[in-house]
Amino acid sequence: MAGRDLEAQTAVAEPEVHQESLLEKGGYHRPGIIERAPVLAPGHTAGSVTDKISSVVLSGTPRWFYPAFGLAFTLTMVLFASLAKLFWEGTGIWGVNQPIGWGFAIINFVWWIGIGHAGTLISAILLLLRQEWRTSINRFAEAMTIFAVACAGIYPLIHTGRPWLAYWLMPYPNTMGLWPQFRSPLIWDVFAVSTYATVSLLFWFVGMIPDLATLRDRATKRVAKVLYGMAAMGWRNSAKHWHEHEVASLLLAGLATPLVLSVHSVVSFDFAVGIVPGWHATIFPPYFVAGAIYAGFAMVLTCTIPLRRAFGLYDFITERHLDNMGKVMLATGLIVAYGYGIEAFTAWYSANHYETFMMWNRFFGPYRFHYYALLLCNIVAPQALWWKSVRVSPVKLWIVCMFINFGMWLERFVIVVVSLSRDFVPSSWGTYHGTIWDWATFLGTIGLFLSLLFLFVRFMPMISIFEMRTLATEAQLKELPEDDGA
Amino acid sequence: MSASEEENGPGDDVKDPVLDDQAPRAASCAGGACGCGGAGAREDAAPALWRNLDELQQSAAFQQAVENEFPRQAVPLGLGVDRRRFMQLMGASLALGGAAACTKQPPEEIVPYVKQPEEIVPGNPLFFATAAPMGGGYALGVLATSHMGRPTKIEGNPEHPASLGSTDVFAQASVLGLYDPDRSKTIVNAGRIRTWEAFVDALTMELATQEGSGGAGLRILSGAVTSPSLAAQMTAILARFPLARWYQWESASDRSAVLGSRAAFGRDVSVRYDLAKAQVVVALDCDLLGKGPGAVRYSRDFARGRRVWESAPEGTAPGTMNRLYAVECTPSPTSTLADHRLALKPAEVGAFAAALAAALGVPGAAAPAGWNHPEAARLLPVLAKDLLAHRGSSVVAAGDESAPELHVLAHAINAHLGNHGTTVLLGEPIAARPTDPLADLEALVAELQAGKVEALLMLDVNPVYDAPPELKVADALLSPAARLRVHWGLYDDETARYCHWHVNAAHYLETWGDARAYDGTVTLQQPLIDPLYGGRSAHEVLAVLENRPGTGAREVVQGLWQPRLGGEPQWRKAVHDGFVGGSAAPAAGAGVNGGAVAAAARTITEALAQQQGYTLAFRPDPSAWDGRYANNAWLQELPRPFSKVVWDNPVLVSPRTARELKIDDGTSDGLQGRRAAVLRIEVDGASIEAPAWVLPAQADGVLTLTLGYGRTRTGKVGKGVGVDVNKLRTRAGFWSRAGAAARATGDRYELASTQGHFLVTDPAGVERPMVRRATLAEYQRQPELMHEAVEAPAHDMTLYPDWPYEGHKWGMAINLSACTGCNACVVACVAENNISVVGKDQVFRGREMHWLRIDQYYAGDYDAPSAVLNQPVPCMHCENAPCEVVCPVEATTHSFEGLNEMTYNRCVGTRYCGNNCPYKVRRFNFYKFADWTTESLKLQRNPNVSVRFRGVMEKCSYCVQRINAARINSEREDRKITDGEVRPACAQACPTEAIVFGDINDAEARVTAWKKQPLSYGMLEDLNTRPRTTYMGRLANPHPELEEKA
Repeated sequence: MAGRDLEAQTAVAEPEVHQESLLEKGGYHRPGIIERAPVLAPGHTAGSVTDKISSVVLSGTPRWFYPAFGLAFTLTMVLFASLAKLFWEGTGIWGVNQPIGWGFAIINFVWWIGIGHAGTLISAILLLLRQEWRTSINRFAEAMTIFAVACAGIYPLIHTGRPWLAYWLMPYPNTMGLWPQFRSPLIWDVFAVSTYATVSLLFWFVGMIPDLATLRDRATKRVAKVLYGMAAMGWRNSAKHWHEHEVASLLLAGLATPLVLSVHSVVSFDFAVGIVPGWHATIFPPYFVAGAIYAGFAMVLTCTIPLRRAFGLYDFITERHLDNMGKVMLATGLIVAYGYGIEAFTAWYSANHYETFMMWNRFFGPYRFHYYALLLCNIVAPQALWWKSVRVSPVKLWIVCMFINFGMWLERFVIVVVSLSRDFVPSSWGTYHGTIWDWATFLGTIGLFLSLLFLFVRFMPMISIFEMRTLATEAQLKELPEDDGA
Repeated sequence: MSASEEENGPGDDVKDPVLDDQAPRAASCAGGACGCGGAGAREDAAPALWRNLDELQQSAAFQQAVENEFPRQAVPLGLGVDRRRFMQLMGASLALGGAAACTKQPPEEIVPYVKQPEEIVPGNPLFFATAAPMGGGYALGVLATSHMGRPTKIEGNPEHPASLGSTDVFAQASVLGLYDPDRSKTIVNAGRIRTWEAFVDALTMELATQEGSGGAGLRILSGAVTSPSLAAQMTAILARFPLARWYQWESASDRSAVLGSRAAFGRDVSVRYDLAKAQVVVALDCDLLGKGPGAVRYSRDFARGRRVWESAPEGTAPGTMNRLYAVECTPSPTSTLADHRLALKPAEVGAFAAALAAALGVPGAAAPAGWNHPEAARLLPVLAKDLLAHRGSSVVAAGDESAPELHVLAHAINAHLGNHGTTVLLGEPIAARPTDPLADLEALVAELQAGKVEALLMLDVNPVYDAPPELKVADALLSPAARLRVHWGLYDDETARYCHWHVNAAHYLETWGDARAYDGTVTLQQPLIDPLYGGRSAHEVLAVLENRPGTGAREVVQGLWQPRLGGEPQWRKAVHDGFVGGSAAPAAGAGVNGGAVAAAARTITEALAQQQGYTLAFRPDPSAWDGRYANNAWLQELPRPFSKVVWDNPVLVSPRTARELKIDDGTSDGLQGRRAAVLRIEVDGASIEAPAWVLPAQADGVLTLTLGYGRTRTGKVGKGVGVDVNKLRTRAGFWSRAGAAARATGDRYELASTQGHFLVTDPAGVERPMVRRATLAEYQRQPELMHEAVEAPAHDMTLYPDWPYEGHKWGMAINLSACTGCNACVVACVAENNISVVGKDQVFRGREMHWLRIDQYYAGDYDAPSAVLNQPVPCMHCENAPCEVVCPVEATTHSFEGLNEMTYNRCVGTRYCGNNCPYKVRRFNFYKFADWTTESLKLQRNPNVSVRFRGVMEKCSYCVQRINAARINSEREDRKITDGEVRPACAQACPTEAIVFGDINDAEARVTAWKKQPLSYGMLEDLNTRPRTTYMGRLANPHPELEEKA
């Protein structure tokens, strides 16, 4: 990945910081070798790691939890209320119309699916690439994937005019003697998203089993013991268990790895297969995948930074993590920017006047401010990530992430709505505005996401205990000879 | 298509089980009071004590005086309900409403026909020839489709000279009028429901009084009448009451034509045109092809002269094309086909006519001095030359909304050019009694005010709403002398409110009648269904005045025609055909009075001098007409030509005028609807506030206002829609009124329009080749010209092999050189395919459901567009349909005959197909748009087309139900479907024959011949969709000396 080079440049730009930190640690300066911040703060043992992480779950509910969860839960109820209204009255409560048949529902679907991608990338690809730093954020990011996919999965279902018949998109033997229409990208979506959800869920759960056993063993209350016990599926910490767990994880990682690339490629086909100017582009699959990872990392950071502070997890989620994730965002952000550039270039180079007009319309049409905001959020704002001071500063990084979250939503808005609003026949052009129900549904899924997330951090080990134990042990082993030398 | 031989239609002898409970008329009054003499008021026994003779006798007048709570004032027809009564009613409604909801449907016995009626085959519709009434009392010969006794669709009568098988929007929409749940359903007296017998008694009593005075106090006010039966009844009534008077009032009348012909010829003459023979047509403020009793026929004839690739009409050389000049103040469907168009103020149109007459050397004509208009000056000499070159084969037509002087000049020019007798046919008057309706109404008002009117019968007129306010009709009606005011009409409207009695009228599909067509052909009207609400025909009401109460409409009409035609077989034939052959108005020889021409020129010069301020131009609305169709939801939702506004009547202003008034067009970067600036228009103390619509083709300084809106008393559809512009009309300013002031109030009003104002040309300067066009000369030089703009992909640019169409291969071709954008196809499609009405709010959100739309583009300068282009856009039924591949559930598929079909039951509503359709012809049911509850509307539905549920996509099906019906017929008869046997509703309705449908596999088919022409092109064919609906590029025929791309 390009990250390494970028990192090198960054390091050269600000060498003093490194020297100081190394001196403080009592290390020494070796010219040409770049020392990294640790992935686990020094001094942790397997026991301290386990204590720290399991205490988050087992030591009662912090006070801030109630208002925070209450707010999220209220928003979830808003989701259910909007869905009830939707099912009762029909898609007409949204802003969709002719020609803009897709609106918030599809925008949000793509946005949420994109957000999920970071989790899979971290847990699968980075696992296979043996990137140790992923360990502490992996579990959390995986959980985020599951919740984001859950939110995303609601939308394709409810956006149909007759959601009670949406199961017709599934291939199942039926009395109508009809299969779905396999040429339609929406069918590919069904397969891609359901596979993705299944694999992610399995991966997440399988990865959690040893930790659930730890919680079972450490729990003091009867209910917790029973529930964690059931969830731990009889984990007894035997070598055979560990072996099979390792194999299963690797296999699932192997399965999940292509999904990182395929799911958003398939989602992008929803557009790329269409003939609408602004949709019909071969750049879409890689550009969507990069965008998904970009958005996903932004969302991981958006959630991690406050939680890190709330639970005091500075030792596990270190500056190194923030720094690395910032770099990933910078890299994927640049790919996304390249995608925008290529879209514009192709529009010009094709000499197809529908395509040319599409770009003109983005820059100067009625939705130009959306497009400008998109460029600001997705291209300009992340340039701050070139500076390490931004990457390691939780507040600054969080602000950049919010820009990206917003920008990626706008990107989908521009692709879906702006393209549809002015396509081929000028007499049929139109405009689109989200109605209050569009917003309520969107906020509702954010509420659902946050609710699930709060429940997760409260009741599940949000950082992989057993993997952190490994890290701690390895760190101790590494530290020993150095200690000797000193 | 054969009409039933049964002369009395199915309504009389075929009982639809659904309707049976409504069918028998209330022959006796309720509560067993029948036979006692009718009116409930007289049910009481004579009083034991009495104060005066009237009371003892219980005379009707006394009863009325007693009942009249507020004597000398408007009868409070249920105007106020006091609080106590309100609470009682509301309480009862709530209680009973709940009770009714719990009540099960009473078990109904359904009895099959014991004896199968002849001709009725369940599932097969029957067609009956009848007459659809039009504005001005004229008729259009139509065939009404009847499904098991329910009229569901109106088609043109192919034999009828005014129709030749086509229809206009009003005839198409009239079937909804029949089932309108808001129609007046009962006879009402003083707010109470009464029986017909009670009404007859009340009227008879008054007539008995009138008989003594020879009818000196009896007045009848009707709409314009061409009906011979009605006229005969009037004659009989006037014979019985020699001093009675019959007045006619029509808000959107042909008054100017009547006055013009009187001035020019010194007598009443009817004028019609033979546009098939006309090489040069000049329309002076005249919507020749879009409005009026002859518009359908004129469109047909005119369009023949535009189809250069088909055999030319007789008398013209092949490859030639007629030429249309339009000079007008506000654009009309006619002028969209104009080869040269000039937008002038109404007075300037007069000046133009005068200058033209002078240039042609018409005796007595003089060009108005001091009038100088550069564009007119450029056009005039060429036009004069063109006309002189086409003596005897040209037409100069003046519109009904122009000044009478313009008609005088048009007559003079036509006479001078020798057009009379060839292209301009003068005939005996068609109206039963041609009148100036304004003079009639003025006279009636004067008599009312003078207390001379005691009994007033108003037949389907609404002067309280549509008369100029200075006549003060409402006040006059309340004249104390007028003791019996009767209103007969389809709706309990504004005028009914001022009458003692309101009699609910029968719809034309419910009763017998007759009327004359534009050429005078007597068109017979037969009922297809028993009156749904027991309505009465005008003949029945007039029969009471004739002292023949109880005479039915059929007796009246048959009584007149059977003897005239010579017997029952002839009568039956006439009913079957729908018209009396050879009954056109006989030709009238008439010479134009030279003095009138000079006088007209003088009047025009004077009018020209008084052009301060803005000029208001009043026009009948293309949807509501004069207000009579205001409650028709199909018409309300029909995008008006040019503005494409629905459910409103904005003021039309030109872009320059808009800048002068400092208003914008209310668009925020292409919103479907607009937040239009509200204008306050004032003239001589009267004022209205109305939203403005900036219309490029409009004449500068002219504010066009359409009639028929701002109704205060009609059904729930039309009530309160739009602005009542009658408030600004006066006797002098009946059609146009100068000297108005206008200013923006600063308010905004939301107008829903189905099309934004988008330019065909991209910012980069590339014209989107939706409408491809050329001039005739260019086309003849280079026939392949149409295909230069766009590169159509090679035929093999697809991975899939071609489907071998072994049977039929349906296709459509649309002639853009003929489409006037009149909307007849759109409303025909709505009627045929059970298309839902969604209302203004939903249209504003971009959710209109029309399967067929007419795109309109302007060419040239925004301030003065050189052409307005119409393009009907149905589904293209693409061979490589982008919608089909993206549907996840195979709800839209290609049929083996090439149709792109929607399977509603299978649709889950992802809307992906709609997104991927480059033509944007797919329509989605965002809500449950179809009305599943109103009983009467259920009767209207075409049983062969599904009523769509919420959440499914729908679109044009090429009227697949008609294809299937033809297939079944042809298979039964063991033959192939013949060319022209299948016609979708749009093609059938189109007055200009712009839409042709057929089997492309049939080498002889008309559609195949059209598609082979070099003019034929596919819209967006560069996308490789291979559309099955193709267009014939638009040709214009500008005069070589004014050559410009029109």
